[in-house]
Amino acid sequence: MSRFPHRTVSWLAPLALLALWEGAARGGLLSDQVLPAPSTVVATAADLTADGELPRHLLASLRRAATGFALGAAAGLGLGVLVGLSRIAESLIDRSVQMVRAVPFLAVLPLVIVWFGVGEGGKVFLIALGTGFPLYLNTVLGIRQIDPKLLEMSRVVGQGRLERVRWVILPGALPSILGGLRLALTHAWLALVIAETIGATEGIGFMATNAREFLQVDVIVLVVLLYALIGITCDLLARFLERRLLSWHASYAPGSP
Amino acid sequence: MTAPAAAPGGAEVQIRGLTRVFGDRTVLTGLDLDIRRGEFVALIGHSGCGKTTLLRLLAGLDRPDGGTVRVPPARMVVFQEHRLLPWRRVWRNVAIGLRGKDARAAAVRALAEVGLADHVDSWPRTLSGGEAQRVALARALVREPQLLLLDEPFAALDALTRIKMHALVRRLIARQRPAVLLVTHDVDEAILLADRVVAMRGGRLAAEHPVPAEATRRGSPEFARLRAALLAELGVEEAADDVTVP
Repeated sequence: MSRFPHRTVSWLAPLALLALWEGAARGGLLSDQVLPAPSTVVATAADLTADGELPRHLLASLRRAATGFALGAAAGLGLGVLVGLSRIAESLIDRSVQMVRAVPFLAVLPLVIVWFGVGEGGKVFLIALGTGFPLYLNTVLGIRQIDPKLLEMSRVVGQGRLERVRWVILPGALPSILGGLRLALTHAWLALVIAETIGATEGIGFMATNAREFLQVDVIVLVVLLYALIGITCDLLARFLERRLLSWHASYAPGSP
Repeated sequence: MTAPAAAPGGAEVQIRGLTRVFGDRTVLTGLDLDIRRGEFVALIGHSGCGKTTLLRLLAGLDRPDGGTVRVPPARMVVFQEHRLLPWRRVWRNVAIGLRGKDARAAAVRALAEVGLADHVDSWPRTLSGGEAQRVALARALVREPQLLLLDEPFAALDALTRIKMHALVRRLIARQRPAVLLVTHDVDEAILLADRVVAMRGGRLAAEHPVPAEATRRGSPEFARLRAALLAELGVEEAADDVTVP
């Protein structure tokens, strides 16, 4: 490989940026009301953890996201498999779903508020909506893209329908389904951020909204960083699943870039 | 598909008046063919002459529009592509569709027979083209079919691998003695492997030639004579010595 230490530099660069930020904040170049120093944010995080505020709100956000994600994923995956496997289900369901999908899921926000008020239901619904569609689309696509030659081979060796689903169809669609899962996780967090700005009484989004009222910029920055961290965690989770479940696939094999 | 049943008179496969139409194109028109138990028949013809259609009908992957097809219940196909499931290890690809606890043992035995005992637990993507095709052969033979259908299984292999595969197929088939139908457009391959070569043209059999034992050696005068006859039937003017049908 090249002599330039790409990997090391790729980690050092953001660290240097962080140090620059810290320096600028301490040197008075950045006002505390604009961007508090990273050390201030960390101290705020420690304080809020100590008095139990942060864990409580974080847990509320996670529970909300997990519920919405689980509902959306179950619906998206379930319908996707059904439509992928059955022509009848396809003609019954697919076109309607495709039409509804054309609506950006955040555009229904006013409607959600009217339907559910500012309670928990609307937030969960919004997250489920953001999660369901990418999983549905990728599941259907994954099943459609299976090599018909493999399906034919399955028939030749005498596999029944159920065996064919288990041996050929689901594993064949899995790379696409996991791609959809990654997208669904991204959408779920996006939906969470938006949902928590509408009249929440707990959750990290509520923390940020509350902090805005009192100009606690350090809390706002903390919440933004937390959203980022959770996003990264989700991405790592999706990658882990891909490596684990797709080890047969050349692109995900151990040792491949 | 007509009900699989043993045909009388030692014929494992009995086809009478077989017709298959795709839209306004008649691919098979009143085709007759018998294959005896343990007989190796090679079917040659130009691309699009209907030979693959015939094989698919025998495999039960397609339905005839007319005529009758009698085939044994235990049939297996080796396709031009290996058609291994990339997400299953090699031995599972061989054991696919087998039931019972000794499925793995049977798969391992079949893999040893095709010289792949070392690759039992490999992923298919780590195999070469020739190795993958040998796994496909093991997958077919592990079921001990009464009728083995070979759909140009060597066409995608390099010349050296193909020669090795020919020897392997001959050895394995000599042991199990299934009826074999090999679809190919390689006249040399047909002569070297088959007991009988049939040529197809315009949706029916145009000619059939038993292969004398002396002709199965490349370079023998019988080989050259049979080859010239078959090429002539396919409408290929033999200009050079090593022309094969495209």
